[in-house]
Amino acid sequence: MNMQLQCPIPKFEFDVITLGHGSGGLLTHKLLQTGVFDLLNNEWLKQQHDGASFTLNGNVAFSTDSYVISPIFFPGGNIGELAINGTVNDLAMCGALALYLSLSFIIEEGLTTNEFWEILSGIKDAARKAGVKIVTGDTKVVEKGKGDKLFVNTSGVGLIHPKSNIHHNRIEIGDKIIISGNIATHGIAIMSVRKGLEFETNILSDTAPLNHVIKKLLDSFGEHIKFLRDPTRGGVASVLNEIAELTQLGFRIDQKAIPIDEQVEGACEMLGLDPLYVANEGIFLAVVKNNLADAFLQTLNTDDIGIKAKIIGEVTNEHPGKVILKSRIGGSRVVNYLTGEQLPRIC
Amino acid sequence: MKYLSEYRDPELVQDYLKEIHRIITRPWTLMEICGGQTHSLVKNGILEMLPDKLTMVHGPGCPVCVTSISVIDEAIWLAERPNVIFTSFGDMLRVPGSGKNLLEVKASGADIRVLYSPIEALQIAKENPDKEIVFFAVGFETTAPANALSVVQADKIGIRNYSILASHVLVPPAMEAILSDVENTIDGFLAAGHVCAIMGMDEYYPIAEKYKTPIVVTGFEPVDLLQGILMAVQQLEKGEFKVENQYARTVLKEGNRLAKETINEVFDINDRTWRGIGPIPRSGYEVNNRYKQYNARLKFKIAIAQAKENKDCISGDIMKGLKKPFQCPNFGKACVPEHPLGAPMVSSEGACAAYYHYASSDFIFKTGASRFTTKVEA
Repeated sequence: MNMQLQCPIPKFEFDVITLGHGSGGLLTHKLLQTGVFDLLNNEWLKQQHDGASFTLNGNVAFSTDSYVISPIFFPGGNIGELAINGTVNDLAMCGALALYLSLSFIIEEGLTTNEFWEILSGIKDAARKAGVKIVTGDTKVVEKGKGDKLFVNTSGVGLIHPKSNIHHNRIEIGDKIIISGNIATHGIAIMSVRKGLEFETNILSDTAPLNHVIKKLLDSFGEHIKFLRDPTRGGVASVLNEIAELTQLGFRIDQKAIPIDEQVEGACEMLGLDPLYVANEGIFLAVVKNNLADAFLQTLNTDDIGIKAKIIGEVTNEHPGKVILKSRIGGSRVVNYLTGEQLPRIC
Repeated sequence: MKYLSEYRDPELVQDYLKEIHRIITRPWTLMEICGGQTHSLVKNGILEMLPDKLTMVHGPGCPVCVTSISVIDEAIWLAERPNVIFTSFGDMLRVPGSGKNLLEVKASGADIRVLYSPIEALQIAKENPDKEIVFFAVGFETTAPANALSVVQADKIGIRNYSILASHVLVPPAMEAILSDVENTIDGFLAAGHVCAIMGMDEYYPIAEKYKTPIVVTGFEPVDLLQGILMAVQQLEKGEFKVENQYARTVLKEGNRLAKETINEVFDINDRTWRGIGPIPRSGYEVNNRYKQYNARLKFKIAIAQAKENKDCISGDIMKGLKKPFQCPNFGKACVPEHPLGAPMVSSEGACAAYYHYASSDFIFKTGASRFTTKVEA
C-alpha cells in the first residue's frame, strides 16, 4: 500500500501504544499532547477541558457513528478519514452542514505510534476538507486481544440548511431516484485487502465528504429534494427497501442506468456479490421531484462528487412497499433486503 | 465487461425469446440442473419472459442443499474437537444439522474459518503444526479437482495435520434418479456447464438414449440460458433426444483431462445419501485407500448416529422438480434464510433462496403466475 503522510512524524518517546497510554496519567498526557492536540490544534482542544462550549443559531442535527473497519488502512483511505467523513455525511443526509465533531479512540495495545500518527493525519486532512472542527474527544486503551487495533467513534452537530425539508413522507409517485456516483467501490476496495481474500486491483475507496455538494444542491433545489441517504452498509438495495417499506410506495430501478466501475463489477462477478448490496462511502442516493430531476442531475454532474451521477429509477404506485429492478435484458425482479452478512464489517 | 456483456446483450436475448415463442407448440417441462442457472433465471427475470407452454423446474445442483444432515452433524462433531481448526466454504456454515449449525458452533468458541479455496487450508496447516486442520470438501464434480489437489499437495510436501471431510456428489446419477422416479415430469435437461467443463459430456449420452430425453450442456448468463432452452425445445418439438453443447466456449466433449486425473488419483466413487432425496448408489466421491490418512472420517474415527431429516422441509420434492418453493407451506414463514428449515433456503444457489430473494410471491403471482405452477399438483 502506498502510504502518504501529510505531516512529518513527531518524535514520540515510544514506538508502540500500551495500556499505560490509556491510564489517564503521564503517558496519556504525552500521547495526546504530542499526537492529538498538536496536530488537530484549535481553540477548543487547546483548553483541554472535559467538553466544548459553543453557540448555534438555528435548527440543529446531531448524529453519531462508530467505525470498526478491518483493515484500518485500505486503498484510498484509513479508519480516521472514514470516521470524519461518515459523520459529516450522516449530517448532510439530514440536510445539515456539519460544524463540530467529537472524536473518540478505543486503541488495542500494540498499535504503533506511526500507525496512530498516520490515522491522525488522515483525520486532520478529512476535517479540513469537510470544514469541520474536532472540539472534544476521548482515548482509551484496551488489552491485546480485546479490540481489533483501533475503533473510532465520532459524533457531530450541524445546522440544518434553511431550505431543507427532508422526510420520507414527502416522497410522491413520479419522483426520480438519483445516485450520485459509481456504486460498490468502497466495499470492493476493502475486500481487495482483506486477509484471505487479497486480489490485485487499483480500486480505491471513494470515502469523501458530501456536505459541500449537498449544500450546493439544497441552495438550488431546497424542498424539492425529498430524501437523501448515503448507502453505506447494506448498499443501495437496503436503502431503497427501507424507504419502500416506510412509504409503502413502489421503487422501480433500471439496472442499465446504475453506474458502476468496470473493475468493481468484475470483482463482484468474481466474488459472487451483488453490487446493490455492497457498501459505499462517498456517494448518496436522492429522491427528487420529477420535473426538477434533470436540472438536479445537471448541477450534480458539475461537481467532482457527482460526475458519474445518474437517474436510476422512479417512484411508482405499482408493487407498494417493494423495490423492483428492471434487469439489463428486460426482465423484472424484486430486490429484497440482504439476509445476514454479505461482507463482514465494512465500515 | 468483456466475455460477460456479450452474454447479457438485450437484443440477443429478445431474438432468442422470440424464437422460443415461435417454435413452441406443446407444453414442455425443462429442468436446469445447476443452482447457478436457477439463480440467473430468477435474478434476470427470465422466467416471466418465457412462453406459458414452457415450465422450468429447478434441479438438485446445489451442493449445499443436497449434503445430508448426517454429514453436517459429522462436520459439527469435528469442529467441536478442541484441537481442530475446521475450514469450510461460507455457505455451509448456516445449514442446519440435526441440532445446530456450524455458525452456532463457531459462536460457542470453535475455531471455524471460511475459505475460498482448500489450498488456503494447507497454508493454515503449515502455520499451525500443533493443530489438526480439516477442510469440508463439499461440491459436485466442479469443486472435486481443487479439493483432491489439496490432498495431493499435502502428501507431496509432507503436511500430516491436514484432512478432508469429503461430501462430494455427482450429477449423472442424480439425473437418473430423477428420470426413473415414477412421478417424473421432466422432458429435457439443461446440464450444468461447469460440471461438464470438468467431466466432459460422455456420461450424458447413455442417459439421453435410455430415457429418450434431450440434454443440452448450458452456461449461466441470460444468452446462454435462452440459447440452451431454445436448443432443448427445438429437440423436443422434433422428437429428438441428443446431447448438445451450448457452452462450447468452456466445455470440451472430453472435459478437463488433468482435473479428471486429479479426481481419480484421490477419490473413489461411493454410495451417498442426498438430503431430501435419499440414498443414490455410486453418486459421490470418498477419499481412496492410497490417501486414507487424509480422510477425516478415518483419522478421527467419527462415529455418530444417523440423523433424521426435518419432516417439515420438502426439499426433496423441490430438488426433484415435483414442487415449487411457493408450494411449501413453510416457505417465507417458518422457513426464511435467517432460520432455514432446510438447505435450499440457505445456500446462495438453493431454489428456495432464489425465490425468496428475487421473487416475492405477490409480485410473481401478479406478473407471471403461470411460470410458477408445476404440472404435478401438491
